[in-house]
Amino acid sequence: MAGKQFDIKSYTGFKGITMLCLVVLYAPLLVVTIYSFNASQSLTNWEGVSLRWYADVFTGPESGKFKTAAKNSFVIAIIAATTATTIATLAATGMVRGGKFRFRAVSFGLISLPLMVPEIVLALATLIFFNSIGFERGLLTILLAHIAFCIPFAYLPISARMQGIEDSYEQAALDLYATKRQAFTKILLPLMMPGIISGFLLAFIVSLDDFIITNFVKGAGVETLPTAIFGSVKQGIKPNIMAISTMLLGVSIVMVTISYFVSKSDNTK
Amino acid sequence: MAAGAASGGSATTDTYRESRTWLLLPAWVTLSILVLAPVIMMLIYSFLTKEFRGGVVWEFSLAAYDQFFFDRGLFGDDPPKIEWTYIAIFWRSIWQAGAATILSLVIGFPTAYFIATRSENMRPIWVFLITIPYWVNLLIRTVSMKFLLRDQGPLNDVLINIGLIDSPLHIVNTNFAVQLGLFYSYLPFMVLPIYAAVERYNFTLSEAAADLYASKWTTLRRVLLPAVKPGVFAGCILVFVPSMGSFLAPDLLGGAKNFMIGSLIEEQFKGNAGNWPFGAAASMVLLTMVLIILMFSARQQAKAEKAGG
Repeated sequence: MAGKQFDIKSYTGFKGITMLCLVVLYAPLLVVTIYSFNASQSLTNWEGVSLRWYADVFTGPESGKFKTAAKNSFVIAIIAATTATTIATLAATGMVRGGKFRFRAVSFGLISLPLMVPEIVLALATLIFFNSIGFERGLLTILLAHIAFCIPFAYLPISARMQGIEDSYEQAALDLYATKRQAFTKILLPLMMPGIISGFLLAFIVSLDDFIITNFVKGAGVETLPTAIFGSVKQGIKPNIMAISTMLLGVSIVMVTISYFVSKSDNTK
Repeated sequence: MAAGAASGGSATTDTYRESRTWLLLPAWVTLSILVLAPVIMMLIYSFLTKEFRGGVVWEFSLAAYDQFFFDRGLFGDDPPKIEWTYIAIFWRSIWQAGAATILSLVIGFPTAYFIATRSENMRPIWVFLITIPYWVNLLIRTVSMKFLLRDQGPLNDVLINIGLIDSPLHIVNTNFAVQLGLFYSYLPFMVLPIYAAVERYNFTLSEAAADLYASKWTTLRRVLLPAVKPGVFAGCILVFVPSMGSFLAPDLLGGAKNFMIGSLIEEQFKGNAGNWPFGAAASMVLLTMVLIILMFSARQQAKAEKAGG
């Protein structure tokens, strides 16, 4: 690269601000991760490395509560993400491979609606809705709400992927007397897989992480990990919460990393 | 939220035209029942009469909106005055969201610019680094922020140990803590659209300006900034809108004195003390504001696209 061009592009201080940005983004997460290994009972003193708070999460007095909450969270996230991804894949095929049609803009508006309505508004609208039709609040209401707001998160990477795949592959299959169904399942779906996996993982994380909507529709006594954590934090931050947070943080980061590498992989060549 | 980018119709084909309705039906049904119907039901609830143990009586009433905007005295028969309590909470939400947006812009623009001017191999890695924290549970991020900023927290420890301050800074339970929390929640939304705009920017324009003896900062201000304005605008909307209705940051970092709309709405549905129609009405006011902002921004984007050819 020519020296002159480099000069024009770079501004003093921008690099520093970028580094500051990274510090601000990661410092809180790092600090909590470090302190989750603190041997001390108190939050302020550092007394050496220990796994006692992790042991506390699994065997301590609150372990029953956390186990149930974790099970609820993961079961809901798996079912919600699977359902949302299926719905989103079909919808993306209709939108991207379905030609022009009258309700295309309306359909897209409907699919992205959960992203446009503020979360707290969607939360309370869902609560009001279930209440007005007399639907008992519990795990099922959480699951239904999660399926709905996971759809756009699954849809966006899937439709982006589909737009990047030329339809010549399917046309070639159709020319060779494949049925449309075969062209879809044997050609389009495999090519779509990276988009579908990354859509699924994003939906999974979004479901696993949701607090606000879950908190409104969960009903008394039913907890997911975020609502259980929120309940504990309201009485003050305790070391075992930091251990749980660190584990959840790890799950999210692993999933996003997988999603990143999968969506980057190019299987159309 | 990425309406413009993802709806792009150029790459569509009609291979599955006949089955289109069946392909889209599950999404239509699910979202109509679980998102559209609830929002409509909320609109209806906002015009109903409240029941005292939470819930509603099916009787038309404007009481919820009346309570939101007007003060009619203790017995409801004084001449109506403007009720400032709730308007003030809305105003604080707008103010806080605005401050968080400016903070995100000041940090986010240079960051986005720096990333967009890296080599092509490095850019995705930088983008990835900036987005990872967004995918970590918002509750955990907010709690982490609170832990870091506490009076006896690690930040104050470090500052005291290096001798910068003598006594801990009180950051938690201030407006600034909420702004910092909002900034932390939505920063990637600011960086990504600006990054996308700068990446598309044709740097020969800056070279031309430099050849004509424009200083670097003049070039930035007069040549680059107008070209990437739609990205900056989109980033501001994407930070401002969710900030305004946020619940966790004001609740955990702000304390009782820094109430925002999200907490006001939440409180109407807690236990038996709440007022459902009033909560629905407050939500409708928030939703209306958000939709106006989104419509305005969609118009701006369309204009910018037209102008850009």
